[in-house]
Order: sequence, then structure tokens, then C-alpha cells
Amino acid sequence: MSEPILKVEDFQVYYKVHNGLLGKPGYVKAVDGVSFEIQKGEVFGIVGESGCGKSTLGKAICKLIEPTGGKVFFKGEEIEGYNSKQMRPVRKGIQMVFQDPYASLNPRMSVRDIIAEPLIIHGLASGKKEIDEKVIDLVRKVGLDVYHVNRYPHEFSGGQRQRIGIARALAVQPELIIADEPVSALDVSIQSQVLNLMNNLKKELNLTYIFIAHDLSVVEHISDRVGVMYLGNFVEIGDKRKLYDNPCHPYTQALLSAVPIPDPKAKKERIILEGSIPSALNPPSGCKFHTRCPKCMEICKQKVPEKTVLEEGHEVYCHLYK
Amino acid sequence: MENEKIKAEADDIRTPFKEFIRKFKKQKTALVAFAFIILLVVIAFISYSVVPYGINEYDYNAIMQGPSAQHWFGTDEFGRDLFSRILCGTRISLSVGLLSVTIGAVLGTILGLLGGYYGGILDSIIMRICDVLFAFPGIILAIAIVAILGSGLYNVVIAVAVFSTPTFARLVRSTTLSYKNSVFVQAAQNLGASDARILFQHILPAAIPNIIVQYTMSIGNSILTASSLSFLGLGAKPPTPEWGLLLSNGRNYMMSSWHITLFPGIAIFLTVLAFNLLGDGLRDALDPKLSD
Repeated sequence: MSEPILKVEDFQVYYKVHNGLLGKPGYVKAVDGVSFEIQKGEVFGIVGESGCGKSTLGKAICKLIEPTGGKVFFKGEEIEGYNSKQMRPVRKGIQMVFQDPYASLNPRMSVRDIIAEPLIIHGLASGKKEIDEKVIDLVRKVGLDVYHVNRYPHEFSGGQRQRIGIARALAVQPELIIADEPVSALDVSIQSQVLNLMNNLKKELNLTYIFIAHDLSVVEHISDRVGVMYLGNFVEIGDKRKLYDNPCHPYTQALLSAVPIPDPKAKKERIILEGSIPSALNPPSGCKFHTRCPKCMEICKQKVPEKTVLEEGHEVYCHLYK
Repeated sequence: MENEKIKAEADDIRTPFKEFIRKFKKQKTALVAFAFIILLVVIAFISYSVVPYGINEYDYNAIMQGPSAQHWFGTDEFGRDLFSRILCGTRISLSVGLLSVTIGAVLGTILGLLGGYYGGILDSIIMRICDVLFAFPGIILAIAIVAILGSGLYNVVIAVAVFSTPTFARLVRSTTLSYKNSVFVQAAQNLGASDARILFQHILPAAIPNIIVQYTMSIGNSILTASSLSFLGLGAKPPTPEWGLLLSNGRNYMMSSWHITLFPGIAIFLTVLAFNLLGDGLRDALDPKLSD
């Protein structure tokens, strides 16, 4: 295997919280020791329920949130501990598309200014003419009309705004795009348009995606490999087909059983998890999922499960498969 | 051809500025106030060359005369024409007001941006200093500063600037705090934008509407304070035709010659009122929550 474009080792992001005036400070372990690798040209989907740390993971890789520990290698270069100046060339390689297309564009800037900003910051174009040319080129690439460039974000629909966000990310010609729930704020018909756009851009520009979402069918559609997160850890990582056809971790099984089948007569067994996701401030001992796991064993309460490789390209963190 | 298309489009795009103009045009009171302020600015520029009498033109045959065709606002105890003196005083009052608030606004904005964005000890220091300044009533603080620096118009400007700074600092700090974690600021950070770029390209424009409103409102207030200081003998020195000074001068003759106090008083009143009304109108026009 060639060198992975992104390698994350034992990555941790903790938020410090204070319990009242005299209480001991505690930590919300949003991301707690996550490791994974992504090959160039791959789409890695990250799924999990709300609050499992998937967005935090994405933002911390981009250093929008300061990680607490662990290592991140981008094309073999360790970027942990980089200051903002050292990060700048790295940012050219890793870009992010944000979840909320309404909040991620500055309402006081025209589309031209929004897309030109990365060009100016990284000195990729100079002079009004060159910038305009590149902006128009990008606007076309994401399927907007040329005359849109003078408009302001409030004049666009959600899908169009997300296209602007994608154009902004593409401006620096990145290799890796971290898409943090890029379609969850859009309605379904627009979702597919944006997904197809992302798919086409990937082929055209040879991009690599980390695709964060909570919608399993969206992830299935776009990803090559999928990681399932629960309370700050991956519970299962595998090639898309292997994971969807043969989910091994009880949590993955429960998640997939919740995906509706487009057939009113189809009967299927739903695995219904009891309770809600435990507090990340005080996570359960051992396997974090043991409080809700239908197949919980004694060992699960005591020992954190280690990675078990089931087959090439399918890993699970569960005591059942020891 | 494409460029023409873009240009044609540009005309009917609703830029934030066009929106503001459209809303502001509906504020009739503010428009009147704005017109009055424009008039004041024009007067400030041309007063010395158009007034009928010199500001220090003594006429001992026309001492303390009431308003008449020759002296519209009457004359003072030396026979100087009040109309000319008030007109020429516009320049002093406006420039003191504008200058001091501009200094205060620039300082306060920078402090507020830095404090709000970087937080920590810097923020604590800036905000505690502001708290101390807030604890004094404005005019007392101004008197204290003038007492330290000595009297005179320049020191009045400094005094008024110092006491208008904390308001701007707090205002800009609160906007900075609310935008510093916004997604579009994160997006800019993600692009690799420098702190200066984020502060001045992304956060400051968001604070500008508030700053403009506060700026306009403060001008009225600072003209009043500057006049008060002159009235108390801490600002301009005679024979400067400063409005506060004219007022204080007329105080001695209030019983016999009412016009010496009335007209400078009206000038101060109308100017401050105009700035406050303009500020109100700007606030309504700039507030995105009040649509139409």
C-alpha cells in the first residue's frame, strides 16, 4: 500500500468543563483515541449519532479545534503542534466544507469576495483580472451561473450556497476535503444534486474526501470506506460493502436496522437500543457501548475492546470477535 | 459578452449598502436631521467668509441689543454680533465633537476587537479599565481629565475621547465575541486567514452598523460635554465663539438680555437633537431584525 494521504493516530479532543465554582474541572471526551488512515482518492465516510464526536474530529484535524493529543500525518508530514503560520501550506492541502450553508458564508461578502478570499490568502492569483477569471472558473465548476458572482449569500438557496462553499474549498486546489455533514441541512432532492456534484468533482480533480454524516444512505451512496463512531471512538471501520452487508458490531447492526426499506410490505427485524447516548463527561467503563448493548458480556464492562481485524479492510472494536 | 452580463446583473443586486439606503430613505425624521447636519457642516466650512460681522468686531454703540434686522440674534455685552459668533462656533463644536468621538471610536474599536478575539488576560485588563471609566459619570470624568491636563480645547477633545472609548470597546467586544466562533469565521480560519484578516475583513464589518449608530449618538453627547466644559470655564477661552462659552457668558445677563443665552442654547440643543435623531434613524435602517 502506498503512503496514506492522511493518517490519524490515537487522536484525542477533550473539552474542559467546570462544575460550578468549586467543582473539579472535568473533561468531555468528544474524541477519545481515534486512529485511521485514508488513501488518496478514497472517500471515507464517518457516521454516528448526534454528539458522538464526528464533527469535532473533522474540525480538530483542520485545527479549528485544538486537539488534546495524538498525531496527525498529512502526506507523511506530522502536523500536530504546528502553529498557524506552519499550518498555512497544510491548509492548502486540506479544506473543509461546512454543515450549515447559511452560517458558513459571510453575509456581508459577495460570492466573488468569498471565493476570492482563499486565492488572495494563499497568493494564488493577483490582480483583479486574474482573480475574476479564477473565480468564474470555480463558479462554473460547481454548477453555478457566471452572473451569480456579484450576488450576496442571502439571495441563494441552501443548495446553491453549499455549492459556493464547495467552490471556496476548491479554490486552493486541495487534495483532501473534509465535508462536515455537507448535505444534512439540505432537502432531499438538493442533497442528491450536491452529492453528485461532489462525486463528479472527485473524479475530475482526483480528490479525497472525509465525508461526515449521520445519514447512512447518504454515506453508503458516496463512500468507499465507512467508519462508525460511538461516543468518541470508532466501533467499526470497513469497506462499504463489507460493513453494510455484514455489520459486526452490535451498534452498527442497530444503526443499519433503523434504515427504512423503501417497501411497505417488507418486514425486518429492528434492533432497538434502549436509553440514550451516555454523557461524554462521564463515559461508561470498558466498552462505552456496554450500557446499551444487547449482547453485553461481563468483560465489556471492564476492558476496553481492542481492534480486531475480521478480514482485510474490515475492523471492529468488540469483545464478541476475540 | 460575459462581462456585460455580469455588469447588467450588478445593477439589480441587493447589496447590503443598497438595502441600507432603501431603509434609510424611509426614516423621514432622520432624513431631516441628516439634512440639518449637512447644513451645519457647510456652515462650519464657510461661516467665516459669509457672516455679516467679524467674530471679534466690537461695536460699543450696539451693546446687548435684542434681535433686530441688523443683528438677527442680537449683540452681546461688547456689541459683537451673536449670529456671526454662533455661526462661527459651529466649526468649533462640530470639530470637537467629531474629533473626540473619532478618537474614542477608533481606540475603542481596536481595544474591543483585541479583547474580544484574544480573550484571556488582555481582555480582562481592557474590560476592567473600561469598568473603572464607566464608574465615573461622563462629565465628572471629563472634568477630572481636564483638571489633570489643564484647560483648553485640545484637552477637552482628549477628555471627551477618553470617556467615549469604553462604550465603543464594550460594544465592539460583544460583537466580536458573538462572531468569533461563528461558522464563517471558522471557515476563514480554515482557509488560513491571518488574525488581522479575520478581525478586519470578517468581524469588523459585522460590528460596523453598531459602531455607526453609537458614533452618531456619541457626537451629540460629546458636543454637549464639550460645551459643558467650556461653560464651566474648563474648555475654550474667551473670546473664542464656543457655544458653551457663549452660554456661560450670557448667564450674567440672563435677566436683562435673554437672547445672549437663548440662541447659543438653541444651537446646542438643535445640533445634539439632530445627531441623536440621525442615530435613531440609522439604528432602524441598519438593524437587520427590523425589516422595513
